[in-house]
Amino acid sequence: MTSPASKTEDSPSAPGSAATKRRESLPVFARVRDARHLGLLLALALLVLIGLVTKPENFATSSNLVGILALAATIGVITVGMTFVITGGGIDLSVGASMALASVWATTLDTQALGPVAMVACAILVGAGVGFVNGALISYGRIVPFIATLAMLVAARGLAQRMSDRKTQLIRPENNEIEALSTTRVLGLPLVVFIFAAVAVVGWLLLNRTTFGRRTFAVGGNPEAARLAGIDVRRHTLLLYTLSGVCCGIAAIIIMARTTTGSSTHGDLYELDAIAAVIIGGTLLTGGRGTLFGSILGVLIFTVITNLFILNGLETSDQLIAKGVIIVIAVLLQRRNLESST
Amino acid sequence: MNEDPLTGRPLLVMSGIVKAFPGVRALDGVDLEVTAGEVHCLLGQNGAGKSTLIKVLSGAHQPDDGEVRLDGETVRLANPTAAMRQGIATIYQELDLVDGLTVADNIFLGHEHATYGFSRRSEMNRAARELLGRLGHPEISPTVEVGRLPAARKQVVSMARALSHEARLIVMDEPSAALAHDEVDNLFRIIRELASAGVGVIYISHRLAEIREIGDRVTVLKDGRTVAVGLPAKDTPTAKIVSLMTGRTVEYVFPDRPEARADRPEVLRVEGLTLPGAFEDVSFSVRAGEIVGLAGLVGSGRSEILETIYGARKPSTGRVLLDGRPVRPGSTSAAVRRGMGLAPEERKSQALLLNDSVAGNISLAGMSRYASFGWMDRSRELAEAQEQVKALDIRPPDPRRPVKTLSGGNQQKAVLARWLVNGRKLLLLDEPTRGVDVGARVELYAVIRRLADEGIAVLLVSSEVPEVLGLADRVLVVREGHLIHEAPAPELDESDVLHMIMEGSPR
Repeated sequence: MTSPASKTEDSPSAPGSAATKRRESLPVFARVRDARHLGLLLALALLVLIGLVTKPENFATSSNLVGILALAATIGVITVGMTFVITGGGIDLSVGASMALASVWATTLDTQALGPVAMVACAILVGAGVGFVNGALISYGRIVPFIATLAMLVAARGLAQRMSDRKTQLIRPENNEIEALSTTRVLGLPLVVFIFAAVAVVGWLLLNRTTFGRRTFAVGGNPEAARLAGIDVRRHTLLLYTLSGVCCGIAAIIIMARTTTGSSTHGDLYELDAIAAVIIGGTLLTGGRGTLFGSILGVLIFTVITNLFILNGLETSDQLIAKGVIIVIAVLLQRRNLESST
Repeated sequence: MNEDPLTGRPLLVMSGIVKAFPGVRALDGVDLEVTAGEVHCLLGQNGAGKSTLIKVLSGAHQPDDGEVRLDGETVRLANPTAAMRQGIATIYQELDLVDGLTVADNIFLGHEHATYGFSRRSEMNRAARELLGRLGHPEISPTVEVGRLPAARKQVVSMARALSHEARLIVMDEPSAALAHDEVDNLFRIIRELASAGVGVIYISHRLAEIREIGDRVTVLKDGRTVAVGLPAKDTPTAKIVSLMTGRTVEYVFPDRPEARADRPEVLRVEGLTLPGAFEDVSFSVRAGEIVGLAGLVGSGRSEILETIYGARKPSTGRVLLDGRPVRPGSTSAAVRRGMGLAPEERKSQALLLNDSVAGNISLAGMSRYASFGWMDRSRELAEAQEQVKALDIRPPDPRRPVKTLSGGNQQKAVLARWLVNGRKLLLLDEPTRGVDVGARVELYAVIRRLADEGIAVLLVSSEVPEVLGLADRVLVVREGHLIHEAPAPELDESDVLHMIMEGSPR
């Protein structure tokens, strides 16, 4: 059966190169050990150091650190969903608007009359619904993700304004369990921080340990190969956007807890912060390569920067400039990383 | 055409051109001579080196050795722009036009008539109209968007672009492939006019009839070498051309065929399958343990047949049965669930996750095997990938390696392994040895035969006739979307099959 020629060496990947290549990152099995996370951790450490040096009396206080985490929770949960969508080769511009819509819908008088559990369920369902519509338009309606979610951004924000009559809706005292999510502390941390942590951990497991996550990488990395391997790419895309919507619903609960309001102005421009955090975290905007750990670090870096600027009484405009510079630097570094690994 | 091409002044002389890629010497000393005013045809089987030669001529590849002379002067074609400056224009099979720009914009793309960056539109439109008129297509408006034109007209625009560079030499790579019959006549008229104006034309086609009609001389390439220079196109016997194209120097070693066994159950049955524009009324069957080869030219519909069986395309009529039960059309997931596997033609763009490891690529189609409630058992995944790596002798033997660091042959084995981890009934292989070097090919052949011996039905597509004849048990010949012949492989010889796929009938 086997011919003599089968013993010939298959030249291009001769064993000589094996030793040198062994150090390379192994995408599926060792994502966390990736060097770029080290860079992000260093950046975060540097920012903390700056905080300690410039405002030693304010930065390291427990109230400030808890504040940073609570602030990071809202955008962080959204970023988890965004990481899935971008890894799967898409983009979701509607996250801020769907969070606003979920917060408004969950705080209408009718919903509030049903109690806090119904409000939580309402926020999540509204988020999921918005995500489902996005996903259906993109996968079955074949509209490019940028356009479909841009349309949703505008429409969801408009619907939120119409429902709330552009008024900020206060959560009534009998539903103060919602606010308790932000005021109740366990181990010194408010519950919303635990919600964020839970979403991040579940997200990480989903992305890295399940068939759903593996399919997300496949669909984002090479949709044609995924389709020809028998994966239902359209169904998976639908699920990815729905997942992002659910994250928006959870983020809406967190912002309701922190502000005790639902408002059509919540989450303005959050889509840009979330995308920026995902990108500096090391997820490829073209899909197929993503890291949830990196995204979380990206969120923390942005939140600490905001905090530093506030503590030092600097202009918010300078803060925006700093963020822009960081995004560019991160992407340039990543490209070097990518090129050296190919 | 106006002067005797055999005595005319040589416009282009290429001598001793060598171009090597990792693992393969694509060009190994090619000579080519084209005179002004001549239509020179380039013939050769797939992999003979035609496209590499064109790329050298158009400046896209740099030769490792050899010399290119134009009008007696040695030239270096460092990049496509340099080639264009020398008056060499190439019209690729896949037209390189910008759909959103107008006809005139496309013709003058890169050398616009402009003053301080402002294009002189009316002047360009006038010049475009004149060029189109010269090509016999005054009805194409210079201001219409190219995306709105049918394929034949786009080709005219491409040619106008070549003329706008005042090309001395025009290279056409299978220009008739996308054209209907009467459009081909017009193409030939244009080519004749160009030639009579003193332009040298290099014409590449697989269709012998066309070559006889339009060509003056023929150069035949085989395995990266010139085997015949300047044969008269009109009266060289077909038998001679075919024997020049086939007389291989590289011999492949094919595994032995087992005895044909009619008692094996039928796995795949295709009944009256039609995909409009690609193939029509195709019926055949494949038994367990049998390798059936589809032989045909690129564009004959062979890959589409495979993709339709697999559900990647949806047929207008006809059905596909696996183990006697119909398969849901147009769904790859259904095909995979029923036990089919496809190794597609374009390994990198259609099969591999290049960011992922070998193991991740192997498990892609059978992930749920390692999962309970979606949770992946990664050590089992790795262990099974390791088994396949060992069984197929994938080198280097480490399933955690990034798949992109593997050679073409080993990547193809990884694609096969993807289907072997979860027991297939039918494997559809589209050009399984494309871009794979000779040693690795022999291994792949052995692997494919071993799979068949284990009872898998195999349907194989290849552009290389010897491969189909050597590996398959039974051969189906496809031409222009129809199955025109079927026979056991040992009863066919290479020249017969080449004749059939090029001219529609055996000798």
